[in-house]
Amino acid sequence: MKTILNTLYVQTQGSYLRLDHETLKLEVEKELKFQIPLHHLGGIVAFGNVLLSPFLIHKCAEDGRNLIWLTEYGRYKARLAGSTTGNVLLRRCQHQAVDSPESTLAIARYMVAGKLQNARSIVMRAAREAKDKTDKDILSKTAQIHAESIQNTETASDLDKLRGIEGYAAKAYFGSFTQMIRQNRIAFTFTERTKNPPRDPINALLSFVYTLLTNECISACESIGLDPQMGFLHALRPGKPSLALDLMEELRSPLADRLVLTLINRGQIKPEDFTERPGGAIYLSEDGRKTILAEYQKRKQEEITHPIVGSKIPLGLIPHVQARLLARHLRGDVPSYQPFILRG
Amino acid sequence: MDILVTYDVNTETKEGRSRLRKVATVCKNYGQRVQFSVFECRVNEMQYETFQAQLVKIIDKQKDSIRFYRLPSPREKYVQSFGVDDYTDFDQPLIF
Repeated sequence: MKTILNTLYVQTQGSYLRLDHETLKLEVEKELKFQIPLHHLGGIVAFGNVLLSPFLIHKCAEDGRNLIWLTEYGRYKARLAGSTTGNVLLRRCQHQAVDSPESTLAIARYMVAGKLQNARSIVMRAAREAKDKTDKDILSKTAQIHAESIQNTETASDLDKLRGIEGYAAKAYFGSFTQMIRQNRIAFTFTERTKNPPRDPINALLSFVYTLLTNECISACESIGLDPQMGFLHALRPGKPSLALDLMEELRSPLADRLVLTLINRGQIKPEDFTERPGGAIYLSEDGRKTILAEYQKRKQEEITHPIVGSKIPLGLIPHVQARLLARHLRGDVPSYQPFILRG
Repeated sequence: MDILVTYDVNTETKEGRSRLRKVATVCKNYGQRVQFSVFECRVNEMQYETFQAQLVKIIDKQKDSIRFYRLPSPREKYVQSFGVDDYTDFDQPLIF
């Protein structure tokens, strides 16, 4: 079984990362700040002006270590892709499944159902904990919509209908997102999902955490040998990691949204952690990003019992486990893809 | 698992000093220096084997010595430290 390795996040501008024997050295203005044996690292995420030595990049490519470049504000720019590896036979099964409308619909159906189920749990939990009656009612209504939508996925006759069901539930979900916030609701109000750029603090938080999660889903696909661009639920488009986005759907609520809510509700993220840029875009400050990254890493280490695998695994490994379950289905070892469902 | 590595390398000759440097480099590849000739390393079984083999190959068995101690886990419970302590837990969030 794969173990969860740590990820190094570097956001100090002007940092230089280099390889020294089997270790990584982090230098800022020629001064050594940190040294770590490479075997602790599963990936490196570099924000903005961070320089990496060619030898370090080569080493990462050889070992299949993830290397991701984001802008200073956390927008995805590039990733390191080593030579094509993995199982060509598995990829062929994947492509064949994408070509078959029945297989595609069957897989997408489970993905949407999983997503809605997880979204429903988070809404229901918020409803249970809500003190205000109006909040409780709105959240219960959203949970109800999700329950109905889950049933509707069973009878959706094609992919477009399925996407319609998902969209309808998502609208209700984000429509009641504000009701799940218990702290500082004046600063943290959510009206609609805005991205590229995010236009309010909650959207900035969501976009940032989704970026981290997307990258992990891409890595999961690649490490299992699946093509991250060949998705089922998401349409194929050049440069779009459709399969990674597919895998992510069911993980959004439990891994990303819940983290964002916790950060706000516990007061770990404050209105001061955001800056407004010309044009109304809202970005996270360096400290804000640091808080999120620390909390995200901690959350990845939390162990849960996976309902299908049956054993205890850290939350951070779920993308890998799900990619593996999908691979098993594509190979024909199991009759269907089983989404990850987090218990209440 | 956590391993504590301590060594004594005879540095009277030039070769000895060179062995000392090599030993330290290999130790750095697997862990971190907690005192001058003491390293703490978190490795899996396979890495441990390679690590030991590499070190044993470097030393002069007539003059030097290396000791490996397996630390009971969790480390926080069994390792107490006083005075200067620069130990970094590499499993904690790494954000710079």
